[in-house]
Amino acid sequence: MSTQPLPPSAVQTSPGLARTRHILGLVVTHGLLLTGAAFILLPFVWMLATSIKPPDEVFTATFSLWPKRFYGVENYSYALTAAPLLRFALNGAILCGGILIIQLLVAIPCAYALAKLRFPGRDVLFVLVLLGLAVPVQVPALPLYIGLANLGLLNTYFSMMVPFFLSVFAIFLLRQFFKSFPDDIIHAARLDGMSEFEIVWRVVTPSAWPAIAAFSVFSIVAHWNDLYWPLIVITDASLAPPPLGMMFFANAETGSNYGALTAAATILTAPLVITFLFARRQFIQGITMTGVK
Amino acid sequence: MAATAISSAEAGLPQGRANRQALVEKLVGMGFAFPAFLLLLVIIITPLIVLFYLSLTDYELGALDFRSVGLGNFQKAMSDPVFRRSLWNTVLYVSIVLPGAVGLGLLVAVLVHSRKRTRSFYEMIYFLPVTSTLIAMATVWQVLLHPRLGPINAFLRQIGIGEVAFLSDPSLALPTIAVIGIWQLVGFNMVLFLAGLSAIPKDLYEAAEIDGCANGIDRFLTITWPLLGPTTMFVIITTSITAFKVFDTVAVMTRGGPAGASEVLLYAVYLEGFQYFHTAYAAALTIIFLVFILIFSVIQTFVIDRRVHY
Repeated sequence: MSTQPLPPSAVQTSPGLARTRHILGLVVTHGLLLTGAAFILLPFVWMLATSIKPPDEVFTATFSLWPKRFYGVENYSYALTAAPLLRFALNGAILCGGILIIQLLVAIPCAYALAKLRFPGRDVLFVLVLLGLAVPVQVPALPLYIGLANLGLLNTYFSMMVPFFLSVFAIFLLRQFFKSFPDDIIHAARLDGMSEFEIVWRVVTPSAWPAIAAFSVFSIVAHWNDLYWPLIVITDASLAPPPLGMMFFANAETGSNYGALTAAATILTAPLVITFLFARRQFIQGITMTGVK
Repeated sequence: MAATAISSAEAGLPQGRANRQALVEKLVGMGFAFPAFLLLLVIIITPLIVLFYLSLTDYELGALDFRSVGLGNFQKAMSDPVFRRSLWNTVLYVSIVLPGAVGLGLLVAVLVHSRKRTRSFYEMIYFLPVTSTLIAMATVWQVLLHPRLGPINAFLRQIGIGEVAFLSDPSLALPTIAVIGIWQLVGFNMVLFLAGLSAIPKDLYEAAEIDGCANGIDRFLTITWPLLGPTTMFVIITTSITAFKVFDTVAVMTRGGPAGASEVLLYAVYLEGFQYFHTAYAAALTIIFLVFILIFSVIQTFVIDRRVHY
C-alpha cells in the first residue's frame, strides 16, 4: 500500500505533483519487484537456455540466452539415454502416490475419532500427535535405518515410504476440519443406520475435500523433492526418486556436460512446476497452510 | 426441524441403549485411531527411545557387542572441532538466511499486496522456487556460479571485478549457499506475509490518513508493522526451523567443503551416521539437533497461541 496514490481530496498538494509522485511510486515498486523477479528466475531461465545449447557455446560463457545452434534435441535425448530420467520420475510418482494414499487412509479415521468420538486414550493420542509435529524425519532416521537394515528392507520402495506413512500433520489438520462438521448430520446418519465406517468415508470425508486437496499438494511436493531419507536407504539407481536420481546423474557426468545436466534438471523439475502453473491457488494454499515443511 | 427430531429421539433412548451406544463409540474410536497409534509407536516413539539409548552407548552399525559410555558421546561432541564447526556454520547460515528471507519476503509482500493486475504474476514468479526440486536447482546454481563457465563470473569479469570462486573459497561457500537458501524461501515467506496483510482492516489506513499519516513509510510503521507482528514472529520461527535443517544444497554443491567451511549440523549427522557408521555418536548429534528444533517449536506453539488470542 506504500505506493497507493492519496485521494485528491485528502492531499494538500497540487494534482500535478500527486500524479508525479504516483508515477514515481509505481516505477520504484515495479523496479524493485522486477529486480527480485529476475534474481528468482535467473536459474530457471539459465537452465532452459543451457539445455538447448551445444557444448562449444556453453563453454564460451557469454550471456547470450538463445543458442546460435539449436542443440536441444541432442541434449535431451542424451540426458534421457545416459540416465533413466523417466524412471526417476516414475519412482517419484510411485513414492508420492503410495505415501499419500496410506497417509490419508490412516489419518482420516484417526482424525474423525479424535474430533467426534469419545474413547479411552483420546487425549493422550492427541498430545502425542502434537509432539510428533515437532519431530522431523531426520530424528528417527538412525533407528529406522538400523531396523530396516536388520529386516533386509533397504533399497525397496517400502523403505523409502515407511517413515511417512503416518502424517501427524494430516491428523492435526483434518481433526481441526472435522471438528466443525455439524454433529446433527452425524446423528441423523446414525439413525439412518449408517455404520461409523460409512459415516467417515461417505459423509464426513467429502466435506473435507479442500483440506484433503491442500494436504495432498503439500505431501506430494514434500516427497517429490525430499533427498535426505532416500539418500540414506536407496543405493540402487533404478529405485531413485528425482532428487537422488539428479544427484547420481550429476556425479556420473562429473559436471562437464552442462547441456545434458540442465536438460536432466529441466525434465525432473518440470512435472511439479507445470502442475503449479496450472493449479497456482491450490499449490500456494497447500504448501503455506502448513507453516512448517 | 431435523435437529429437534433427533435430540428428542435421543432423549427418549432407554438407559441400556445409551450405554450400548457409548460402548460402540469407544470401540469404534479405538479402532479408528489404532492404525495411527501403531504407526506412531513404530515410526516415532520407539525410534526416539532407541535413539536416546544408542546415544549413551558406543554402538557402531554391525558391531556385535557394545557398552554404555554414559554421556561420553555428548562430551565428545562438545570437544569435537568438526562438530563444533558444523554447529557454528549452521548458526551462521541461519543468521544470514533469517534476516534475508524474512526481510525480503516482507518487502515483496508489501509491494505485491498493493498491486491489482500484476499481483498474481509476481506471486507466481516468487513462489516458483518453493515448488521446484531443490537438488536440480542447486545443480543449476552450480553451473551459474562456475568460476570460468558461469554467466555470473562472466558478468563480474566484464565489469572489472574479476573471477570470484563462490563455492571453492572457504570464506564465500557458506554465504553463497545461504543466498540460495534465501532464493528458495522468499516466495514462501511472501505468501505468509500476504495472508497477514490481507487481515489488516482497510479502514485503519483511511483513519491514519485523516490523522496525518501521509506517506507510505509512516503508514507502514504505524499500522502495518505492529499489526503484522504475530505473522512476523511466525515467519521468523518457521524460517529458522527450515534454515536450521539445511542439507540439500550442502550435499549437492559443496559436500561440506572447502575444508569443512560449509559443513552444517545435519550434514555432520548424515556423515557420522550413514557414511562412517559411528551410530552411537550420530545418535548423540541427532539429539542435539532435536533439542534445537524443540526450542524453536516451543517458541512457535507460544507464538501461535498468541496469534489465536490476538
